[in-house]
Amino acid sequence: MVFGYMRCYVLLAVAASAPGGQPAGYRPDQLVTYVWFGQGLLSVVMLWGWAELAERIRTGDVAADLLRPVAPVTAYLATDLGRAGHGLLTRFIPPVVVGALCFPMRLPERWQTVPLFLVSVLLAVIVSFGCRYLVNATAYWLQDARGPIMLWVLGAGVLGGLYFPLRLLPHWLAVTLWVGTPLPSILQTPLDVAAERDGPAMQAGLIVLQAGWATALLALAALVQRRAERRLVVQGG
Amino acid sequence: MGELRAYAALAAAQARSVFSYRTSFLFELLSNVGATVFDVLTVLVLFRATDEIGGFVLPEALLMTGIMSAGFSLADLLVGNVDQLKTYVRAGTLDAVLVRPLAALPQLLLMDLPLRKLLRVVFGCGVLTVAVGMNEIHWTPARVALLALAPLACAVFMGAIFVISATLAFWWVDSGQLGSAFTYGGRDFASYPITVYGPIFRALFAYVVGLAFIAYQPALALLGHPDPLGLPAWAGFASPLVALAAAGAATVVWRAGIRHYRSTGS
Repeated sequence: MVFGYMRCYVLLAVAASAPGGQPAGYRPDQLVTYVWFGQGLLSVVMLWGWAELAERIRTGDVAADLLRPVAPVTAYLATDLGRAGHGLLTRFIPPVVVGALCFPMRLPERWQTVPLFLVSVLLAVIVSFGCRYLVNATAYWLQDARGPIMLWVLGAGVLGGLYFPLRLLPHWLAVTLWVGTPLPSILQTPLDVAAERDGPAMQAGLIVLQAGWATALLALAALVQRRAERRLVVQGG
Repeated sequence: MGELRAYAALAAAQARSVFSYRTSFLFELLSNVGATVFDVLTVLVLFRATDEIGGFVLPEALLMTGIMSAGFSLADLLVGNVDQLKTYVRAGTLDAVLVRPLAALPQLLLMDLPLRKLLRVVFGCGVLTVAVGMNEIHWTPARVALLALAPLACAVFMGAIFVISATLAFWWVDSGQLGSAFTYGGRDFASYPITVYGPIFRALFAYVVGLAFIAYQPALALLGHPDPLGLPAWAGFASPLVALAAAGAATVVWRAGIRHYRSTGS
């Protein structure tokens, strides 16, 4: 919450002195939406470190996952979606309410924004899950995935749009990030959809891009998992 | 003397353990500096959208960020690991520390000396150097002394905040979130001119907690920039005193916490 206040004040100060009062095309009330929805989504998409799988690989517990009749990627995804759903109900609403009470927040005005936002959050959770799964799966090869996890936490925060809206970057760089990496699909896309930063067509386009990343990452995770299983040697008894 | 030798042995053992996995250490060194780099990058990106934030231009704002970055990284290197205290309290590891005939706090800090954070200090000092170069400062002996003292005072102050927020674990084991609101939150708060914040929020963090004296006021004193919020010009020179007061408060809280500790289990 403290971070929400700080980011909000800083971005509003930027808007107050920016020419036209709309840095990167966000009106001040849209920036408020951006910041506080972002604080709420943070624990839903789980931008921070997740090392459960890496830890199970390191200790060999992962062998038990392989014995189950459900593929590990599917099983972990199901768990993660459940966690995210619970997060959406309990962790998402309080920051948004606080933000709306303390600042002039723009709430969605178009009828289609709310359903689009929910779809976008679902896809964001899947994209984030895919990234986290792949980062953790490096433990199959490295034994210890701490390095890759650290790199992920670092990259996901700044390139996902948590510290500042990526639209503040030079246009070509923002587009490259969006198309070339899955990271903006985790936080930036749902936040832009919620803030109605773009027209309806662009909103939908961003979500299609997100869906592409979600599909690609799930396929890649399944592929990596199959490869890993072929070479996995569980140590110990 | 014997005590010092014991501390030296603890530190040397830590260094050996860190250097025994060289690649991993290098990797951690590099990714650790990343967080600090991104903080500075954020300031630069925000100034792409506008010429001034809260009435300050980029070189001036960067001076505040630089003082904070240098001081915070030093505090984090030396005492940042005290936030592990909650783990030690929960697991009861703290008992082993308390039965040894050495002071508890230095032992805890030496249990995990995070040499991987070293590069951050270098980067933080680099940012401060660049920021000083970008501003036209009229040097007086007092300002030279302030430039040397401000990052150290910031380190002492943030170190005190680290200790106080870790001490919460003695009363309330699951205190991580609240603690980091003050440590990392404090860092983010003081990295920007405090004029950007709303009055209540600013009063609370800048003057009740004291974060205004860490980077904002010293930067004003260095620049000779009058405080838009009305504090006199000498306020920046008070930053070492505020840091000492914070260190005193941290000592009191730490002692109270240790006395309150009842170990785990029955």
